[in-house]
Amino acid sequence: MEKTIINVHDLKRDFRMGDEIVHALKGVSMQIKEGEFVTIMGSSGSGKSTLLNIIGCLDSPTSGSYEIDGVPVNKLGRNELATIRNEKIGFIFQSYNLLPRTTALENVELPLIYNNKVSAQERQKRAVNALKMVGLGDRMGHTPSQLSGGQQQRVAIARCLVNDPVIILADEATGNLDTRTSYEIMALFQDLNKKGKTIAFVTHEQDIAEFSGRTIVLKDGHIIKDEKKQRIMDAAQKLADLPKEDDE
Amino acid sequence: MKTRLLNLIKIALKAIVLNKMRTLLTMLGIIIGVASVIAMLAIGEGSKKSIKDQISSMGSNMLTIRPGSDMRGGVRMGSSETQSLRLDDFEALKEKATLLAYVTPQVNGSGQAINGANNWPTTIYGVNPEYLDIKVWELTDGSMFTNLEVRTAAKVAVVGQTVVDNLFPNGENPIGKMIRFNSIPFKIIGVLEEKGESNFGQDQDDIIIAPYTTIQKRILAIDYIQAIVASAISEDKAEAAVDEITTILRSQHKLGVNEQDDFNVFSMDELIDTFSSTSEMLTVLLVAIASISLLIGGIGIMNIMYVSVKERTREIGLRMAVGAKGGDILVQFLIEAVLISVTGGIIGVILGFGATFFIKSILGWPTIITTYSVIVSFAVCAITGIFFGWYPSRKASALDPISALRYE
Repeated sequence: MEKTIINVHDLKRDFRMGDEIVHALKGVSMQIKEGEFVTIMGSSGSGKSTLLNIIGCLDSPTSGSYEIDGVPVNKLGRNELATIRNEKIGFIFQSYNLLPRTTALENVELPLIYNNKVSAQERQKRAVNALKMVGLGDRMGHTPSQLSGGQQQRVAIARCLVNDPVIILADEATGNLDTRTSYEIMALFQDLNKKGKTIAFVTHEQDIAEFSGRTIVLKDGHIIKDEKKQRIMDAAQKLADLPKEDDE
Repeated sequence: MKTRLLNLIKIALKAIVLNKMRTLLTMLGIIIGVASVIAMLAIGEGSKKSIKDQISSMGSNMLTIRPGSDMRGGVRMGSSETQSLRLDDFEALKEKATLLAYVTPQVNGSGQAINGANNWPTTIYGVNPEYLDIKVWELTDGSMFTNLEVRTAAKVAVVGQTVVDNLFPNGENPIGKMIRFNSIPFKIIGVLEEKGESNFGQDQDDIIIAPYTTIQKRILAIDYIQAIVASAISEDKAEAAVDEITTILRSQHKLGVNEQDDFNVFSMDELIDTFSSTSEMLTVLLVAIASISLLIGGIGIMNIMYVSVKERTREIGLRMAVGAKGGDILVQFLIEAVLISVTGGIIGVILGFGATFFIKSILGWPTIITTYSVIVSFAVCAITGIFFGWYPSRKASALDPISALRYE
């Protein structure tokens, strides 16, 4: 039996907006097992980002229980949540969120700075390996402004890999990228998934969801669909099928 | 934990280096503040020292005993009217005091000194030969009168340079010449070295010194003495000497336990204290003004840290998302604030030294840089950094990671 990485039960999250209370999540239960590649879909306001933030320990639920990698998170304080984020979660954002005027290597090292168990030498070694893994071994000294959008997102992926997290959470990771680059990134995710990484991917694009093995659809704070796919699209193949561009 | 702190210092350093111009402008307030505090304290200390030196040059161990105001039958008498000091008192001190190196009685009178067609208003002091040792005064010409001349009330005098200049305007040698003071003839046997103006603006060379016996008998016609001047065996014994004098004179005057002293003992220390407190007040004023600029520098730091936190809200959000604790963010920004203020402090200290040197060499003001002024101003600017960096740093650390990440 595979290990359960994420286990949420009857999760509710309310936001107070002035006098009104907005129910973003109205009782969500689900599990993500080790090695899964899950897409969380839904229109804006469906609660998918809220769910991802709670899974990522950036936010706490109003009620319900949540365990990550066997650790119950509900009762943890700010600092303990920070440690969980540091050691168990890799975050990828739509807008990359790299530190400006800071080299790719230093950006990738960032999470390890907040990990006392990793020495400076170990940190650099792991950052170099992560950058090589995403195909940026020759761009380590470049700053974000010297990199393309796709390359920046690769740096962000490398950054989320250095801490060897139990799950990678991506929030619209291809939202700012063109089709070709999106496929490149998805191919990278599929590759990582094949190597055993568990990935939860929030998107609203149907064709991106095709690359994952399971799709969860949220609407108005409820899960309305949760299905495993029989046929998973191969991003590398799709990339090859695209009409050739004249590079330079 | 150590490496974590080291990492946070590196992050803070990087932020400073990436914003060179902004950092420099922020530091400017601190630099000017620290530099002015050091320069002001140096001026204050310098003037204090120069006053002390000048007073010391008058004889630092000098003690003066004057008759004090006295109650006689309930009537308080002015000190000038009291005649409570007598030659016996001087002799008792000479005999019994162990902490005094030199003692002399002193009487003085003012009048007109005349040499032929030239005359000059001056003061004549009646003392014994030890007076010169007490005052640390040398003769440029001739010699001091002797104890024998004191005993015989000889009409001999030693004169100051101002008196010489006015009575002998043509530059003749005054030694051996006769002058008259209040119609009493005196033979000049010595000339005092020039001392110049005292701190109080008094011409110290406008003086004639003669045996006290002569002055008592010939000029004042009194048998009491107006003061006793003495010097302690060393400067640090001066205070003990005051006590000793008091004890001896109280028993000499047969004063009961409940009776007040009928004399006063003044030491140079008191004079130094009086003048020091004046210059100290000046120093406090100068430092207060300089501190205001340090305060403004501190507010500058707070301002820039506040902007820095706002500007880097997303960065803070990201750092939190990848595992930075609130404390890490707090420490990072606090280090940044402290680094700015401490670096500014170091530059300020250097500049303060430069300004002090400038004041000393160009304006010729006496200045002294004390270690404590450097330490204090440096400590103050480090504390300023922590104090004014705290609020914005605290604000940064309390940010909610999600809203920080979404901040535009």
